[in-house]
Amino acid sequence: MSESTMTAAQGAHRSGVDAESSAGGGGSRLRSLLRPLLLVAFLLVLLALPLYVEEFWLRTGFAAFGAIVGAIGLNLLVGTSGQLSLAHAFFLAVGAVSYVYVSGEPGGLGVAELGGLGLPPIIGMIVGVLLAGLAGLIFSPLAARLRGIYLGVASLALVFIGIHVLNSWTEVTGGFNGRAAPSFSLFGFTFANRDPELFVLGVPFREAERLWYLGLVLALAAYLFARNLLRSRPGRALQTQRDSEVAASVMGVNVQGYKARIFLVSSMYAGLAGVMYALSIGSIAPESFGLELSILYLAMIVLGGLGSVNGAVLGAIFVSALPLIFQRYADLIPFVGRGEGLAAGEAARFLFGLAIVLVILFEPAGLAGLANRIFGRFRRRPGGRLTERPPDTPSRSSEPTPSDPPAQGSTT
Amino acid sequence: MTQFLSLLLNGISLGALYALIALGFVIIFKSSEVVSFTHGSLLLLGAYSIARLSDSIGFLPAVVVGILITALAAFVIERLIINRLRGAAVISLAIVTIGVDIIILTELIRQIGSDILNVPHPWGGESFRVGSIGLSQNRLIAFVVAAVLIAAFFAAFKYSSWGIAMRASAEDGETAALMGIRQGRVSALAWVVAGVLAAVAALFLVGSPTPGVSPTAYAVALRAFPAAILGGLDSTGGALVGGLLIGIAEAMAAGYQDQLLFLGRGFSAVVPFIVMIAVLMFRPSGLFGTKELTRV
Repeated sequence: MSESTMTAAQGAHRSGVDAESSAGGGGSRLRSLLRPLLLVAFLLVLLALPLYVEEFWLRTGFAAFGAIVGAIGLNLLVGTSGQLSLAHAFFLAVGAVSYVYVSGEPGGLGVAELGGLGLPPIIGMIVGVLLAGLAGLIFSPLAARLRGIYLGVASLALVFIGIHVLNSWTEVTGGFNGRAAPSFSLFGFTFANRDPELFVLGVPFREAERLWYLGLVLALAAYLFARNLLRSRPGRALQTQRDSEVAASVMGVNVQGYKARIFLVSSMYAGLAGVMYALSIGSIAPESFGLELSILYLAMIVLGGLGSVNGAVLGAIFVSALPLIFQRYADLIPFVGRGEGLAAGEAARFLFGLAIVLVILFEPAGLAGLANRIFGRFRRRPGGRLTERPPDTPSRSSEPTPSDPPAQGSTT
Repeated sequence: MTQFLSLLLNGISLGALYALIALGFVIIFKSSEVVSFTHGSLLLLGAYSIARLSDSIGFLPAVVVGILITALAAFVIERLIINRLRGAAVISLAIVTIGVDIIILTELIRQIGSDILNVPHPWGGESFRVGSIGLSQNRLIAFVVAAVLIAAFFAAFKYSSWGIAMRASAEDGETAALMGIRQGRVSALAWVVAGVLAAVAALFLVGSPTPGVSPTAYAVALRAFPAAILGGLDSTGGALVGGLLIGIAEAMAAGYQDQLLFLGRGFSAVVPFIVMIAVLMFRPSGLFGTKELTRV
């Protein structure tokens, strides 16, 4: 029922826009053409980048692609359906470990006897995603029963249990020291430095270049899937139950079911992000999957803007690339550097902490909201954009929310 | 049997400390609807200040100043950030405290570096023995202090005007405000009390049998989270029960480590979380928490 009114309203809006554009002349038609053109140009730049950019940026880019996948997944859970989860690191770990175990070769590394199935990496990746999803599914009945903050703390437990398992189950995880991740390959084409040697326009395509394209494809797929999910029936249902569980269930939304399923989807995203993390670092170790990683992912989606897919992308790029850039350019940035200054990692953490506090205080819609406000002056988009609202705006009437985009169609 | 009894004693004394920290979580949640993730760094801040100051100004003054610093930090956080976000969603509030936590923790870890700071407890690291049952003196004193503090807290919560104001605003914030209860003040005071409790807990947590102040003290506060949650986030009595339960479970798991070796080394640190999940399975709002009812 709500859907039909929604589409009707959107249709009306569209026709209004069309009428306006035909009346207004070529200016706005040009504008509507501009968007897809810009997107295509942006994509072309991303595709051509490995030809020009040095390895450091490509590696940073692949790390960012992995973070984008994970952040979109977490944002679906926290931003869209309103379930706070600190367990994201755990699901990343499940994905990464499964990949390494399924595709890794058995063998001894120092004292530890490592197991491994030695299957093709693509199977390892799929198994990693599926197992992470399974872990999410097992946890989801509990998750669906717990409200808001109880879930946040309960999910802490998964992180600590995960670390413990990573440290103890040496045969699979490599124990305390971790183990190396096999490089990815697809139908005989290896994403490593050789096998086969490859030159494109005279530029050698080595591991970094190849991984860049892999990351681009995976991140793009993850992005499109989330976009479409949010604009379809489940997406609307999730947002409704986030804003009011009672209203949602009155409308016929199966609240428990949707909560469980979005947990599944989110943990599968995390699993894929975990596999990409293993590929980007080249190895896995327990300490990488601690609470800190969960908090970093939370920082990504808060900075980007809760509930917005674009925001998750922006936040992920910012949070994952910043420490690496600080590390590389430590000498050029004031207060950061070797010696008595801040270490690169510390400087980045200070910045994240500060940014989280400032964003929640002053710009609850995050980077996405900021971008909307800046570009909102130039382009007005049709209404019905419920997808990109922070969860804390509705129903609390006491506080005005400056971050709402001007074209917000709904009542507050 | 003697091993069991001595583990039980250790568990209870550890649990009393957890209960102190968990009480802090609970009163902050009751008064400002915030689940405070800053508690870990507040605890570490308390331990760090006491350890650093006791070299120069002596143990007792250092304890007093350390507690004051922690309380002040909690107060500043409440005034500067939490108070401005009154009425925001619970999740945003929790996330903002995570942000604050990152800042404080990063600075503290930077300050501590790789050295292990020691708090020179005058009671030292000796054990107190009755027959063959032993308990470190530090833990014994901790238990007594915690018991006194908890009793005082419950009395204040029940009889003092602050306690009444707080219970009233936890019950129904709007009505309480209309009755002239200043919610900002109630919440600020709650944060201060939570800061004091955390610092006192920190004082004993870094003594024997634990080796000095290190960033691992931070993880202890995280283990007090399960205590608050499984008791019910809005129940002070629940925090007490939860704290004891977690403390005993952890001490038992540590004591019977050899029998539990198939679960891996260091399993005892995970036990609080497993207990919490087990309880939440059956009671999603904790043992004594108010069930959330929805009226249409």
